[in-house]
Amino acid sequence: MAAEQRMVINGNDFSFTPGETILDVARRRDIDIPTLCHLKDAVPTGACRICVVDVQGARNLLPACVTPAAENMIVLTESPAVVRARRLILQLLLSSGNHNCAVRGSDGQDWTSFQLAVRSDDGSGELCPVWGDCRLQGLAYRYQVTGERFSATETAYPMETVNPFIVRDFSRCIQCGRCVQACNEIQVNNAIHVGYRGAKAKIIAAGDRPLKDSDCVFCGECVQACPVGALVEKDARYKVRPWTAQKVRTTCSYCGVGCQMYLHVQDEKVVKVSGVEDRTPNFGSLCVKGRFGFDFIHAPQRLTVPLIKENGQFREAQWEEALDLVAQRLGSIKQSHGPDAIGVLTSARITNEENYIANKFARAVLKTNNIDHCARL
Amino acid sequence: MTNTIGDIEDADVILVTGSNTTENHPVLSRHIKRAVSFKGAKLILVDPRRIKLARFAHLWLRQNLGTDVVWINGMMRVIISEDLYDQSFVETRTEGFDEMKKMVEKFTPEFVEEITGIPAADLVAAARLYAGAGAASILYCMGITQHSHGTDNVKSLANLAMLCGHMGIPGGGVNPLRGQNNVQGACDMGGLPNVYSGYQAVSDLAIAKKMEEAWGVTDLPTQPGLTVTQMVPKAHEGEFKALYIIGENPLVSDPDLNHAEQSLKHLDFLVVQDIFLTETAELADVVLPAKSFAEKDGTFSNTERRVQRIRKAVDPPGQAKDDWEILCEVATRMGFEMHYEDSEAIFNELARVTPSYAGISYERIEQDGLHWPCPTPGHPGTPILHREQFTRGKGLFHAIDYIPPAEQTDDDYPLYLTTGRVLYHYHTGTMTMKTDGLNERVPECFVEISPKDAALYELENGERVEIASRRGKIQARIQVSDKAVSGTVFIPFHFAGAAANRLTNAQLDPVSKIPEYKVCAVRLSRAA
Ligand code: SF4
Ligand code: SF4
Ligand code: SF4
Ligand code: FES
Repeated sequence: MAAEQRMVINGNDFSFTPGETILDVARRRDIDIPTLCHLKDAVPTGACRICVVDVQGARNLLPACVTPAAENMIVLTESPAVVRARRLILQLLLSSGNHNCAVRGSDGQDWTSFQLAVRSDDGSGELCPVWGDCRLQGLAYRYQVTGERFSATETAYPMETVNPFIVRDFSRCIQCGRCVQACNEIQVNNAIHVGYRGAKAKIIAAGDRPLKDSDCVFCGECVQACPVGALVEKDARYKVRPWTAQKVRTTCSYCGVGCQMYLHVQDEKVVKVSGVEDRTPNFGSLCVKGRFGFDFIHAPQRLTVPLIKENGQFREAQWEEALDLVAQRLGSIKQSHGPDAIGVLTSARITNEENYIANKFARAVLKTNNIDHCARL
Repeated sequence: MTNTIGDIEDADVILVTGSNTTENHPVLSRHIKRAVSFKGAKLILVDPRRIKLARFAHLWLRQNLGTDVVWINGMMRVIISEDLYDQSFVETRTEGFDEMKKMVEKFTPEFVEEITGIPAADLVAAARLYAGAGAASILYCMGITQHSHGTDNVKSLANLAMLCGHMGIPGGGVNPLRGQNNVQGACDMGGLPNVYSGYQAVSDLAIAKKMEEAWGVTDLPTQPGLTVTQMVPKAHEGEFKALYIIGENPLVSDPDLNHAEQSLKHLDFLVVQDIFLTETAELADVVLPAKSFAEKDGTFSNTERRVQRIRKAVDPPGQAKDDWEILCEVATRMGFEMHYEDSEAIFNELARVTPSYAGISYERIEQDGLHWPCPTPGHPGTPILHREQFTRGKGLFHAIDYIPPAEQTDDDYPLYLTTGRVLYHYHTGTMTMKTDGLNERVPECFVEISPKDAALYELENGERVEIASRRGKIQARIQVSDKAVSGTVFIPFHFAGAAANRLTNAQLDPVSKIPEYKVCAVRLSRAA
């Protein structure tokens, strides 16, 4: 292993291994350097420069996410120059597009006309759909800036709503490129990239087509990566707010990968699903089924009461009656035809605990080894 | 899996066969694509269809359906004759090499080409690539197992990995991908006719005694029971009287559905416990409403043997109950008292009687799951199997000869049919088809056919056709696609209304009892 080297951040002496960036070292020691474009497990692009820090002896501020840590380097992460630079970046980002959370202005001068314009673009009277869950908004508060310093720039592209899962709101895109990296470097679906140049830049699928006609497989990795409100789940947009929804961690119930996910619960309903970042086995990634295929939980077709068939028709029954009937019928078949005339098909869909109980039920109660599941099928 | 999911990125060579990974295990497939795109790994894909992974493959071999043993033996022959195998691994950790070597002798590249359609040069290149890798991982799924000789296919892949010493190392291994979320757990927990939880044989009297003591019973049966694919015909013959089905829908997923349906109707008593009134539940005498995963606590074991928590997020609809609770209530009514405080109490009991889970507790898997075997509370779990030795000690080579698929094409049924899944739906569709967006992406059943075959049979894209096999017929729309290979059509099996399994062959693998979903003979005609 390479020899340990040392550097100083904000007056504290830290060791690091060569190859680490300033950001890596800082994060490891819980020093909070803000980032927007940086995406874990992707090659850093240095696109947004919000992570700039003051490195003693360097001519310019350096982006922490791409600058390698070096022996005896002395770094300040919140010097006046750093704060000035970050404020400027934020002001520029806030002035372009429909960033209508309350950070735009404090004097209220053109607030009303701006809100009205956004309202007509959005088709909603509410503030930005990711209010309270937006990195840009968070940083605007942290550095106390608004979008009023520069005159607003027009949004060049209309919203895309034609696919069933994701709303692409180009007016709120800050061109950080995280979605592109998420798509190409994390999920490797290679569906989107940066199209056009300069002020016309836009994140596009091949040929600037809607996602539904592209290679997109609706994994939603880009939605989870987007730090702002430019990519939002269609069904959750404006409906799910971070302060009203509870997150419950669980395991996906579709395929055998076993992705770790949060179920976002609002008013006793699962309203959104997101991947658990930084945890095995999926590190935040999900697929279209795991992320968007949760409607079955609250489907009206769910069974809610036991059913007993009489004369070829089902009728609703009380648990007591249904359980008694099952126990009595199984018992009498066991009695007259022997335990091996009965079988149990347990399930690849239920829990380990339940499979264990099914195994105990078949063997200890029915006294048969006729138990299997449908995984062969 | 012998190895972990993340481990795939450490492989130098990845061999994928019989798995449409990007559609069926999407999040796992990202590791394959990342390894190839950014880490210099090489992908060997063996699959007749032009699946998405073909774009990432260095070598893509399109074998004829049901000829897997042939190309695998062929690769081994190349590796042995060119002396590319791992001699020290073979000597110290395996046995049966000579018999296997003799068996593969006749599988020359030319012979392989003739049977599989894989060009001899490609086979040789694949063999060299796989054998030459520092670490090479094999990934496979139902495309390998769902054959009348699926067990042979699996053993052949294990032969190949052992021959090259790609076992017990990071980035190596033979990795079956589990289709449903808790197949691994259902097997681990004794949802099999021949073993208790932890693969403890029912025929082992010492084990039976241990379980009798743990459960407070006597006379546990020691004869292995019937598999699902044996129960169905027995029900038909009338020997088998009652079936208790939990959370499964064999009436869409069973092979040769028409027959299965008749069989279930023959039962004296059918109980189905599920979250929806499935096609199978419709036939039941009693239907019991169960909770979905979002409404309960417990654990699932994923395809890499990692035991992970699920947690209750919402209340169940109406009076739906935990599956375990329902079973306990029935047991108690049958005179066997079963009561548990909660799922954790059950877990603690199963950990006591299951050596491979003995060290796992809810507390330990609160954040990250643990890979079994995990025999003691201090054990870190076992991400990679067979590091020092195989379960049986030495790894055994199996000498396996080729046996053609049970059903061949002929003048009446000139096309092969293979079945599978699509990204947007899951299994029999009871869950995914409740999401409009997923239905919008793939609204109905289709039959995928190559442009050449479409021209040959004068069929247009989007046209409705009837697909008939010796067992039944369904209708679906034609999807002309360059994914298909000429001579073979593909149908996803999710759709109950056009259930592909009305066509498939119930011919079983003699060992695993898995039906031959992946090969049968059909004919197409314009729908009336
Ligand atoms: S949903 Fe997935 S595939 Fe589609 S653009 Fe986003 S990251 Fe790419
Ligand atoms: S859509 Fe979101 S993630 Fe993509 S570039 Fe715009 S702001 Fe960044
Ligand atoms: S999110 Fe997709 S890949 Fe992950 S476990 Fe669920 S179905 Fe499998
Ligand atoms: S986070 Fe470092 S440049 Fe964007």
